[in-house]
Amino acid sequence: MGVIRTEELLLNVGPQHPSTHGVFRIIVKLDGEIITEATPVMGYLHRGTEKLAESLNYTQIIPYTDRMDYVSAMTNNYVLVHAVEKMMGLTVPERAEFLRLIVMELQRIASHLVWWGTYLLDIGALSPFLYAFNDRERILQLFNELCGARLTYNYMRVGGVKWDAPEGWIDKVKDFVKSMYGKLDDYHALVSGNEIFLSRIKGVGAYDAETAIAYGLSGANLRSTGVKWDLRKNEPYSLYDRFEFDVPVGRNGDCYDRYVVRMEEIRQSLRILEQALEQFPPEGETMGKVPRVIRPPAGEIYVRIESPRGEIGCYIVSTGKAEPYRLKFRRPSFVNLQILPKLLVGESMTNLVTILGGIDIVLGEVDC
Amino acid sequence: MSEEERKRPGEPEDDVSAASAGEQRTGTLEDGVSAANIGERRSGAPEDGGSAVSAGEKRTEAPEAGAAATGAGTPRPKAAETAADGARTEPAAPARRKETEEEKAARRKAALEAREAAKAAKAAAAAQDAAAQAGSPGAAQAGPQAASPGAASAGPAGAAAETNEPPPKPPSPNQPRLDRAVQLLRELVADDAVESASINEANDHLPTIVVRKERWLQAARLFRSHEELNANYLRNVTGVDYETHMEVVYHLLSLDSGHNYAIKVRTDRDRPSVPSVTPVWETANWNEREIYDLLGIDFPGHPDLRRIMMPDDWEGHPLRKDYVPLDPEV
Amino acid sequence: MEFDLASVSPEDIRELERNVFIGSLETLKGWVRSNSLWPLTFGLACCAIEMMAAGAPHYDLDRFGVMFRTSPRQADVMIVSGTVTKKMGPLLRRLYDQMPEPKWVIAMGSCATAGGPYVKSYSVIKGVDQIVPVDVYIPGCPPNPAALIYGINKLQEKIRYEARTGKRVTSG
Repeated sequence: MGVIRTEELLLNVGPQHPSTHGVFRIIVKLDGEIITEATPVMGYLHRGTEKLAESLNYTQIIPYTDRMDYVSAMTNNYVLVHAVEKMMGLTVPERAEFLRLIVMELQRIASHLVWWGTYLLDIGALSPFLYAFNDRERILQLFNELCGARLTYNYMRVGGVKWDAPEGWIDKVKDFVKSMYGKLDDYHALVSGNEIFLSRIKGVGAYDAETAIAYGLSGANLRSTGVKWDLRKNEPYSLYDRFEFDVPVGRNGDCYDRYVVRMEEIRQSLRILEQALEQFPPEGETMGKVPRVIRPPAGEIYVRIESPRGEIGCYIVSTGKAEPYRLKFRRPSFVNLQILPKLLVGESMTNLVTILGGIDIVLGEVDC
Repeated sequence: MSEEERKRPGEPEDDVSAASAGEQRTGTLEDGVSAANIGERRSGAPEDGGSAVSAGEKRTEAPEAGAAATGAGTPRPKAAETAADGARTEPAAPARRKETEEEKAARRKAALEAREAAKAAKAAAAAQDAAAQAGSPGAAQAGPQAASPGAASAGPAGAAAETNEPPPKPPSPNQPRLDRAVQLLRELVADDAVESASINEANDHLPTIVVRKERWLQAARLFRSHEELNANYLRNVTGVDYETHMEVVYHLLSLDSGHNYAIKVRTDRDRPSVPSVTPVWETANWNEREIYDLLGIDFPGHPDLRRIMMPDDWEGHPLRKDYVPLDPEV
Repeated sequence: MEFDLASVSPEDIRELERNVFIGSLETLKGWVRSNSLWPLTFGLACCAIEMMAAGAPHYDLDRFGVMFRTSPRQADVMIVSGTVTKKMGPLLRRLYDQMPEPKWVIAMGSCATAGGPYVKSYSVIKGVDQIVPVDVYIPGCPPNPAALIYGINKLQEKIRYEARTGKRVTSG
């Protein structure tokens, strides 16, 4: 019996697939089980937000930002209103800024829970998905009480927030934060020491800091290589410079480090929330002094904040009208995904899912 | 004309809201400036500076407005007649709609002039104070299209200010960094590499440089490798379609020092092309593909320039200002 | 065997009433199909997250017999959740064609119903019913998981109605 003839197989991990986290397509060339080349194809969810924004005024664009990165909509809201406020030089009242920070950190926890649940679901563990979504339900119910929506909040406005916290909401958030610490330890006990999990994740999809910086990665993808760059600390916005928290940083840049960094980020978000809830002003305005029609002066601006996925940026060119002349979002998932073809070369097919999940993408953001 | 009542009890800030709120709070006005604005805006005659509340244009609160309007002597007889009725709110509406374009324009112009005068008066008063920085927000932010650094131009203009000029702005803290970058570009790339340089104040004083597109690849390498600039992180690449030309804007960051730079490269609209910087920063790969897809700017030197968002057989570049979709009915 | 109707005892009658059902085979098929709808995981955008939340423990969908299947060959119903773009349209049609009969389609969310907030966009198909025949529309942006469950219940009623009466709810 001689050598078996093999051919290269072209496999389409198509847009409809349980583990592509949305409609994302990868065309892989396989040699047996080893990937020799991977070509991502996206655009299946390109909805033309940027073109639509040129005919809407700034308050009308806020709901569209929700639907971009739909798993962490509060941070998207914030990047747009922050850009407009900076252009116009508006100040936001203290209570509104605290509310914004609290919802952004809660959103970070919710987004990381979605990531954790779906990542483990892709790898093959079916129960953590149920735990994660159960906790996420609690956060979504808090948001529901606050602003009426579970997923696409349309909560922030230029100059403040739309709704004030109802009676007792802050206490509910405090209860949630207290219980979440315990839950986080439970999750670690459930998953993080599991041998099968570790053998599937450790050493997979590793890259070094140079590559990460060249590819413009951000968020946990960059921090897992050892680069301590978190926009909440390095380019502070909102009230983050008032609170004490650490920035978890990895070492090897593999999927395991990204996992640990994100789990630690949940813990640090809980720390920030504790401090913010302590210092929450008991009364205050929720909306600053904003002109009736929001017309930023002519000019341009680029602001960026730290969303759960990385650096989300908003570049606005304004000609002084109520609609932007050009509005571009720098989406972290789009930029982070560029490293995927490079990481997949030489990996086995089973690791495709692990690596893709570790990058933590949301297709609404990749395609905008 | 377009202001409706503000239902919020908060204090309004700028002139627009002050005008509309002033009508609601009849008689309680903070300073003479707002009174002057309201008087001019509503009645259209600059000499009626003394009137506290405007003519009966507003539908609600018509009785009070009507009572004051008869005293104010508006140029619109219709409004005066209907306001004299007093109790009825409805007749105020037709009066507003009959205002012609010229009257509207005249009213707005008068209000604008009054505002400018007030602002100049305030600015002149502030300039005479010890702190000169107090008046700087009065100037709008320097657009990045400014041909010269913003601080230098504001200086002499401010010094000559007595009537309408804003007071001199202090030089931006990033001005030395901008100058150094421009100097490096001029020395090490080419003399004509930099077309203009300015500071974008609203954006945390971001140094903005417009680089000539023929020199862009060399300039990019300089930014990446020079140890003073060391811009190793390309944050964002954006394409903008101004109707006369197209522009690609790059936002650079140096992770070690935290310094930001913004670089713009201009190209013309009919065969737009900008050298690709994918060899310098890998992250530009998909960003440039997206700009090519949506705006049609070609990037020579790009390893794999094809459509990324739209289907491969799509016609046209959707983000252009003159894009017409071929199948709007689907 | 002798069967004497007069000698059937009341207890037997009660037992018979409880345990014997008379109906047509079509009704039985309708009842069975409606209570074990297996949807195709076709989450496109934000509505997919609410679909996942509906499958999560809080709003459990498994109690309705709804199990998400990833292959169209094994699915009964396609829940189109999210915006359908022109790039995705042909693939959606292909997946619909790959599903075996009987099959149904639920258009979840306003993007799938009529284009949603992206109705003015150049790359969005304004309503998935331009491509596949839709049975139930669920409005919302995104609809609450409870609304999705309501929509699935409506589909179940529709399946049972059409089975019982043999009529289609809409013509064609």
